[in-house]
Amino acid sequence: MSTTPTLTGARLWAMVALRMLIGWHLLYEGLAKLSNPYWTSAGFLADSQGPLSGLYLWLASDPGRLTAVDWLNQWGLTLIGAAMILGIGTRFATLMGAVLLALYYLGSPPFPGVEISAPTEGSYLIVNKTLIEFVALLVLWLFPTGRQVGFDGYLSRGGDR
Amino acid sequence: MSEDTRDHDHEEQEETGTPAASGADAQEKPGGVGRRDLFKGLATLPVLGALGAAAWGKKAADDTKRQAIIDELGVSGDAPAIIDRLTSRPPSDRINIGVIGFGGEGEAVVRAAGFPRPEWIDARRDAQRTNARDRRLDEYLAHGDLNLELTGVCDLFDNRAQWAIDASNCETRPGGAPVGRGATRYRRYTDMLEDGDVDAVIIATPDHWHAQISIDAANAGKHIYCEKAMTRTEEEVLPVVEAVKQSGVKFQLGHQNRQLESHEKAREVYEKGILGPVTLVETTTNRNDPWGAWVWDIHPDGNPETIDWAQFQEHAGHEVPFSLERFFRWRCWFDYGTGLGGDLLSHEYDAVNQIMRLGIPKSATASGGIYFFKDGRDVPDTFQVAYEYPDRDLTLVYSATLASGRGRGKVFMGHDAAMEVGSGVRVVAEPQSTRFADLIEQEVVDPDLPLLTYRPGFKGLDAVTTATEEYFASRGLLFTYRGGQRVSTHWLHIKDWLDTIRFGGEPSCNIDRGFEEAITCHMATASYQLGRKVEWDPVQQKII
Repeated sequence: MSTTPTLTGARLWAMVALRMLIGWHLLYEGLAKLSNPYWTSAGFLADSQGPLSGLYLWLASDPGRLTAVDWLNQWGLTLIGAAMILGIGTRFATLMGAVLLALYYLGSPPFPGVEISAPTEGSYLIVNKTLIEFVALLVLWLFPTGRQVGFDGYLSRGGDR
Repeated sequence: MSEDTRDHDHEEQEETGTPAASGADAQEKPGGVGRRDLFKGLATLPVLGALGAAAWGKKAADDTKRQAIIDELGVSGDAPAIIDRLTSRPPSDRINIGVIGFGGEGEAVVRAAGFPRPEWIDARRDAQRTNARDRRLDEYLAHGDLNLELTGVCDLFDNRAQWAIDASNCETRPGGAPVGRGATRYRRYTDMLEDGDVDAVIIATPDHWHAQISIDAANAGKHIYCEKAMTRTEEEVLPVVEAVKQSGVKFQLGHQNRQLESHEKAREVYEKGILGPVTLVETTTNRNDPWGAWVWDIHPDGNPETIDWAQFQEHAGHEVPFSLERFFRWRCWFDYGTGLGGDLLSHEYDAVNQIMRLGIPKSATASGGIYFFKDGRDVPDTFQVAYEYPDRDLTLVYSATLASGRGRGKVFMGHDAAMEVGSGVRVVAEPQSTRFADLIEQEVVDPDLPLLTYRPGFKGLDAVTTATEEYFASRGLLFTYRGGQRVSTHWLHIKDWLDTIRFGGEPSCNIDRGFEEAITCHMATASYQLGRKVEWDPVQQKII
């Protein structure tokens, strides 16, 4: 990145709040999966619909692949969430979070013509909360705050100065 | 200095609001700036701490709940044990089998035994090429070699006999099995039994031949895998049982869904008494297509030259002139089949019998009619039966239509909890339960959520699940699993039978279970045909 916009005052704190909340959400999703020995992505993968369902079904159909996917989800969510809260590698973490959410969104997108594959608590057409969180992560990626509130400034000092 | 750092300094200036302070920063030793940067990082820790504390508290509460439920239920979280007796491979241990009847089911059973038709392999290969989701061929080829030789074939239709011969020496076989040496065709099964090159037979003829072939095979000392229904009539049941018991051959009735992991788990749940007194069990069949209603294809090569019609009619209810419809769609007539009773009720009853060990009911009251497929058949397409088990204080209801596909599942209704069994198991506590009253009061058990769910093949049993997990569990899966691998229930059921031939023991659906199934299904058919309630007389061994 050649330029990083500067946020100050209320803008900074609003952006940091967004980062903390999404970080909290992802970290707890990861911890909940890690602490539940019965959790598996198999159900989500097997029931996926939409453009990537073939790939997801392939992932679910083999115990080795499924174990890898489960592990990546559990630890991916946990580490991304923790990194976002602590402001460590914030930009990389937000980008990876966006990639994960895009995969979740495409797993069961609320497209017209795609049958609802999981119960939802609201009504969604194309846009759902996963998509909104995905875009919010892109915003966080474009407006990083890890140096102002977080360890990014401390950790990069040696390299930058 | 990078642009990042400039921004950074600028921001600090604004934050402190004093240009002088900014100047001081610039003068400060690197260590001072580092400390400030460290504080910016440490400022995030309270958020992490709050999350940690909240998550810890929630997990502790969930664990207590989960443990309380598991302690209360006393169910193990494990999947059923993997039956993994290695099949010894030396040719001396090879079992020679003969197939009698190579129609749709006969072909499926023989294929699961390791002998696919080359056309089937080609079709699966094409399917896999055009659809990445179609893994049926890979899954099929991953099945273990059962160390069999298909040596004999008997079918009354020339094409089918040839297809079975093609299957007997197909080059592509599961588990890396060697190519077979090819089967001999026999025009009468008795010649196959006398020939001596067959150790065991698979009987997949229409129902009206099951009894006579089973009796002859048992008398010839051949082990038997017989399709359901075990017999076409009540009168044939006891002679089959006696012949099998006297000969000591291993008899397996073709209820491959005995191998479903979920049935074993459901049995455990029932035996632990989690459901409380069960007063009503409801099982159902719903299909909505001509194929499911036995309107099967009539092969264009079928004619009096290629079909041995005279032999087909032996043991049938009546003799009639040559009929392609009756030959290829035999399930539509009581002359050859047993209607819904022997075809689909038999599977449902057997599942309930496996889970609850019910045995033969005291009485049966059936009703139904031919309400949709008015195509000349004489078996009903809509059929209901209520069985009474006064000794067990329960009613078993079976309800079926072949003209509506609305799925209704298999439900065990207990005073303390209800259990739904499909390819998975789901148990929900009753709000008015006696046993769970305290736990419901303490909000440990929520009657709106499953008490426990079991999804075969995944990670075992789960107590206190989320709404989403609950939803996935309710959908069920198409396959059963052993050790995390998808396997065909047909393959498991054949292996179950072969293991008893090789190592001793009893097949899971042996002649005693077959006896119970046959009588129970015949009671339903008898009640429908007589238009009244019928009872089983255990002393006379007769339906009255």
